[in-house]
Amino acid sequence: MPDKSGSRHHGFDRRTFMAGAAGSALAPLTARAAAQDARSPVVQDPVLPVDVTLRVNGEDRHLRIDARTTVLDALREHLGLTGSKKGCDHGQCGACTVLIGDRRVVSCLTLALSAEGREITTIEGLASGERLHPMQQAFIDQDAFQCGYCTPGQIMSAVACVKEGHAGSEADIREYMSGNICRCAAYPNIVAAVKQAAPEIMRG
Amino acid sequence: MRSFSYQKATDPGAALRALNAAATDSRPLTEAAAQPLAGGTTLLDLMKLDVMRPASIVNITPLARTWSAVDAGVDGLRLGALAKMSDVAAHPEVQRSYPVVADSLKLAASPQLRNMATLGGNVLQRTRCSYFRDVSYANCNKRNPGSGCAAMDGVNRMHAVLGTSNQCIATYPGDFAQALIALDAMVEITGASGTRSMPFAQLHKAPGNSPQIETSLQPGELISAFTVSGRWPRSLYLKVRDRQSYEFALSSAAVALDVQDGVISDARVALGGVATVPWRAREAEALLKGRRFDDGLAQRVAEAAFADATGRRHNGFKIALGRRVVARALQQAVTMEI
Repeated sequence: MPDKSGSRHHGFDRRTFMAGAAGSALAPLTARAAAQDARSPVVQDPVLPVDVTLRVNGEDRHLRIDARTTVLDALREHLGLTGSKKGCDHGQCGACTVLIGDRRVVSCLTLALSAEGREITTIEGLASGERLHPMQQAFIDQDAFQCGYCTPGQIMSAVACVKEGHAGSEADIREYMSGNICRCAAYPNIVAAVKQAAPEIMRG
Repeated sequence: MRSFSYQKATDPGAALRALNAAATDSRPLTEAAAQPLAGGTTLLDLMKLDVMRPASIVNITPLARTWSAVDAGVDGLRLGALAKMSDVAAHPEVQRSYPVVADSLKLAASPQLRNMATLGGNVLQRTRCSYFRDVSYANCNKRNPGSGCAAMDGVNRMHAVLGTSNQCIATYPGDFAQALIALDAMVEITGASGTRSMPFAQLHKAPGNSPQIETSLQPGELISAFTVSGRWPRSLYLKVRDRQSYEFALSSAAVALDVQDGVISDARVALGGVATVPWRAREAEALLKGRRFDDGLAQRVAEAAFADATGRRHNGFKIALGRRVVARALQQAVTMEI
């Protein structure tokens, strides 16, 4: 029997393409900024890049970034981790939800600088190798998404929701998942997924 | 977002020095060149919108080591200003003895934002007025003093009906502040010359002729704590909004009662979602004291709370809604089991 599992890594893959494209777009931007600085020395406060080390999914990642960079932009634009999504970029939709320490936060309103030294967990860090996290499996089993854009944020939020002890009833799940908006309105199936995964997560 | 210089303050002294270095008397606090960063949920949002443009950010989260304790004892409550909303909402003794405080925090924002936002930042959050938040509108007296108010004759469904002026009708958006003002809380403010304490009711300033000045805090000062005297087990926060969860109040009420043998011996009523500042309805409270509760009294109290309210084209419904919220909150408070 031919081994199909390995072949997908060699073919065209939208995610790899998007992540690569985002990475390569950085170089011209940096070059342009440097050229501008050389031409006009001080027009306003210079924006010097800062060195920051982020601990993401168990690994230290060293970055030289603009001080304005949020955790979300650091993940997506600098580390190629495009699982966390940028929906509103104003803390209103929850698509960018990640865990910092054991707490869910919106990464679009968290400066990368203020996350230094903290443990950041993204959707990419949830599975154990090829084995999906129970919440990821539950979202598939319960068909808890349509377009999928909000899903990484929903799943990260759902994992925290269960661990906080806020998944005891459907009403609790709805209240404590309200920070994650789903434009496709897959809410009933999201509630079902959280209910499915909760006992397994609580067992550890 | 505009560029800024960033520093992290490891202790209160360093934070105050950094904030004071950039402080000038001529600008309101919200326009100060240096802004403290705690949870960031308001500041970074408004910086992305270009509404706030600090040249310098001072990250004060390391101060949480000394400024985030929650102490609930027999004679009162002390809340460190850098405590997270989620932690205080979940604190068993706060839930037991000050349910209005726990409820106001639990019903605000989303779980993610409550994990980030601090109590001090929460009370200083800025209005959600869409004309204030959208810099493409030139006429906002809060952003550009003297430029006019686009909300007056604009889409003002979410705007205030109490505490307004002919300069500004922007609603104070928070919930926790209503609990604090109802309970006669004190706010502890730390500045270069030490720590002072004042009634929380004196923190926020109604717009009047200077809507750009939102609080009595001075540049270079930080809120370090809130304190409440006594216990208020018969208290609650009722919040009515367009969605069941994760939405700002259309109308809310923070109510605290002391009922002895069926007679109301003390009553506190504060209103949210309807006023330009955290709003204490003292006329309403006066009607309750010394009385036995019944539905007729609830109606009269609700009328009194909104006696001075003025609606505009789209927000007149808040007056009727607000009265019902007050009456219902009182009914629930009277019957709650403590």
